[in-house]
Amino acid sequence: MCDSCGCSQPDDAVTISRPGTNEEKPAEGRVIQVQEDILGKNNHLAQHNREHLEKKRILALNLLSSPGSGKTTLLEETIKHLKDAVHMAVIEGDQQTLNDAERIESTGVDVVQVNTGAGCHLDADMIHHAIHEIEPKEDSILFIENVGNLVCPAMFDLGEAMKVVIISVTEGEDKPIKYPYMFREADLCVITKTDLLPYLDFDLEQCKKYATSVKPDLEFFEVSAKDGNGLDDWCSWVVESHKKAFQ
Amino acid sequence: MHEMSLAMNIIDLTSARARQEGSEKILAVELEVGTMAGVMVESLEFCFEAASKNTLAAGAQLTIHSVEAQGQCPMCKAHFAVQSMTDGCPECGEMMIHISGGRDLKVRSITLD
Repeated sequence: MCDSCGCSQPDDAVTISRPGTNEEKPAEGRVIQVQEDILGKNNHLAQHNREHLEKKRILALNLLSSPGSGKTTLLEETIKHLKDAVHMAVIEGDQQTLNDAERIESTGVDVVQVNTGAGCHLDADMIHHAIHEIEPKEDSILFIENVGNLVCPAMFDLGEAMKVVIISVTEGEDKPIKYPYMFREADLCVITKTDLLPYLDFDLEQCKKYATSVKPDLEFFEVSAKDGNGLDDWCSWVVESHKKAFQ
Repeated sequence: MHEMSLAMNIIDLTSARARQEGSEKILAVELEVGTMAGVMVESLEFCFEAASKNTLAAGAQLTIHSVEAQGQCPMCKAHFAVQSMTDGCPECGEMMIHISGGRDLKVRSITLD
């Protein structure tokens, strides 16, 4: 027992709290009901992008995946495949460098690079500015390659027509249940690098099963950009989706 | 770390509203965040505290109300609260359940000085 330093005080006299989270003393003041969506501003801008793109008959596809899944390679091969059939433009998203935009530019289509700095995702405002920079042709396809990240980009509507999630067979087949938010938001799933399947333990059917457990109506394409298997089917889907959207 | 973007949106939104109401100091912010909204609450709290420095929301008390998602089983028709997107039906084990709600992400109220 020690009366001078307070060490005999009851346990509940000690409180540990973060600044600003002290619930014992409710803040006094005027309470204003707000009821506003935190992503309201982004969603509003995304809707503006969507209306602008639809008016010009531009189909925007938001491509989402982990870093290194082969988004840029898939885009390069898709562009080579469809170059004579349809106009295309690309918005590249990365934290740093113009590397991906330079790769796309060498295919001959219009491209702009958005560097997000420390940012982990593209947002509708960035896409708004990028669209005005690139001015895609009417009646065309706009590919938006998001920052490689299976978490944050899932939350930010850009005004795209559809979200395409990409997973490569060099990743774990359980990615869809590890990152369910992304797969829930996706309209289509492209499984890439399928030429490597004979050398890997990747279970393709299990991967699809996991993905449909979070998004029951998800459709799949299996593509190897390297040997070209499945590329026709994926490219036909892109062209058909453009036709269907504006028929 | 999209929680930092969300925190900054919360500060912009609440500061604009505070100014509209003629106040220069936000004492408290109440949020509603769904369990399926893809947000880490601890991370959001941390980011809010960091991002609110030198703003009207500096030092504001942040309260986050969790909004549960509801599941319905298409096979046995059971209704239940869902904790994770990969949950199955607790009654019959069916995996393809229908999940609704729990995606809320909004500012419920602010308290002004």
